[in-house]
Amino acid sequence: MNKYEIAIWIFMLAAFLGFELIRRVSPLLHTPLMSLTNAISAIAVVGAILITGEKEATPLTRTLGFIAVVASVTNVVSGYLITDRMLKMFKKREREPGK
Amino acid sequence: MTIDNIFPALYILAAAGFILAIKWMNSPATARRGVLVGELGMLLAVVGTLLRHEVVNYEWILIAFFIGSAIGVPIAYIMPMTAVPQRTAFSHACGALASALIGTAEYYRTLPHGFVMTALIVETLLGFLTFTASLMAFGKLQEILPTRPMTYRGQNFVNLGIFGAAIVLGVILIFHPEQMALYPIFAALALIFGVLLIIPIGGADMPTVIALLNSYAGLSASAMGFALDNKLLIVAGALDGSSGFILSVIMCRAMNRSFSNVLFGAFGAIQTSAKKAVARPVRSASPEEAAEILDAARTVIVIPGYGMAVAQAQHKLRELHDVLMKRGVDVKFAIHPVAGRMPGHMNVLLAEADVPYDRLFEMDDINPEFPRADVALVIGANDVVNPAARNDKTSPIAGMPILNACEARTVMVIKRSMSPGFAGIDNELYYLDKTLMLFGDAKAFVGSIVKELNVTAGAAVH
Repeated sequence: MNKYEIAIWIFMLAAFLGFELIRRVSPLLHTPLMSLTNAISAIAVVGAILITGEKEATPLTRTLGFIAVVASVTNVVSGYLITDRMLKMFKKREREPGK
Repeated sequence: MTIDNIFPALYILAAAGFILAIKWMNSPATARRGVLVGELGMLLAVVGTLLRHEVVNYEWILIAFFIGSAIGVPIAYIMPMTAVPQRTAFSHACGALASALIGTAEYYRTLPHGFVMTALIVETLLGFLTFTASLMAFGKLQEILPTRPMTYRGQNFVNLGIFGAAIVLGVILIFHPEQMALYPIFAALALIFGVLLIIPIGGADMPTVIALLNSYAGLSASAMGFALDNKLLIVAGALDGSSGFILSVIMCRAMNRSFSNVLFGAFGAIQTSAKKAVARPVRSASPEEAAEILDAARTVIVIPGYGMAVAQAQHKLRELHDVLMKRGVDVKFAIHPVAGRMPGHMNVLLAEADVPYDRLFEMDDINPEFPRADVALVIGANDVVNPAARNDKTSPIAGMPILNACEARTVMVIKRSMSPGFAGIDNELYYLDKTLMLFGDAKAFVGSIVKELNVTAGAAVH
């Protein structure tokens, strides 16, 4: 199996896994879910680091890579923090009447 | 054992972390653990990448990390919860931009052929169009841009023409990557298409569109994984892509519309002028009367909509919930899947206001309870309670699943005025004999009801 074939297998399996996992997420949490998966997809930061930090980077590729690192780090940081901030608010407690 | 043997292991752990993160999102009890493990996965991936021998130049990376954090942290903490849809759109734009720029850099760096070039074209096409589309969505949600759909004659023709041209150029580039002059034109067309795609989209369709953009951003990251031969990117992108796709399917289903209808249908643009509503009599009530009816009720179902978010009425609504629960009234919240501007928007706002999440009910669970409810209190929602969706085959929202507010014994609707809702469709519900219109600002009106209930509570004690 060449590496492209393996890559397509991985994509297919991950996509089906995603479908199965996300089907189980309660609509209650759809907003934090989207915010979390969005932060996860900022894994693009990996590609951005490779382009920016590479030895033979030209000014063009380094600049593009630099902007890409900024954009994806913004995405990662704000994504995870706000997801947690949202989830912190979901509380299951009946307020005790007349406290 | 060198560092180059370790980083694949770190990537595998990172992928496992992402999968667990999404798995744990299935319940509010485990969701925060999910975020933690997701963060851990990201940390492993970043550290693993920084340690790779190809990465020699750190200073720019560190500066970029610093700038990114300096933007990201304030966004996460300062943004009010009502602005979560905007923030999400902005975040999609960032992710898509990163993906598109990396693809571009990779193109100029290696001028790849065949499979890798195909992946690059998919990555940059999705990346660029999602970037501008998300910025447009951000502008509409932030109300920098008009939220009404903007349409003109031949719009779909122009849009598809530009998209088609981008695809043709992309295919030419796949076969002849050395035609470097074509690449900027290809990128520009993708950017323009992103803008045009969102122009005809109205605010009520934002939940679907945001979910769709989420999916595109993920698929773009996944395509990058193909281009860079990085399996972690493929997995993470595929998870994001399928997540966004499922959410947009759920949103479409909750409106009984198809993708193409959402993207090319320009909802609500035509109907506004077509049906001039004849002024018909409605019954209205004061906060005092409303408080009396609520106080006498045994079960109250509250139906919040985007108007609640606009009026910032969620905190007053929680006070109403508290005071009524204290007086033995059972208060539940009915959440329509497309209420608000993104999937799950209402839940986050009510959670922010400290409404316990076991009081929030999904449409299918709450609908059978309406006939037994004494009061359905509609606040800032319109189309999601419009009986026309069920009774009127010619209505633009025909077939859309609705919350059965009309089956409650009494219906109360808090509304600014009788102007039709976002889709511009008149709502039969307002003219029913059992419906009371409560005219005013949602926050102020609920506040007066709460005050009234507290006064009567005080009087009862003396």
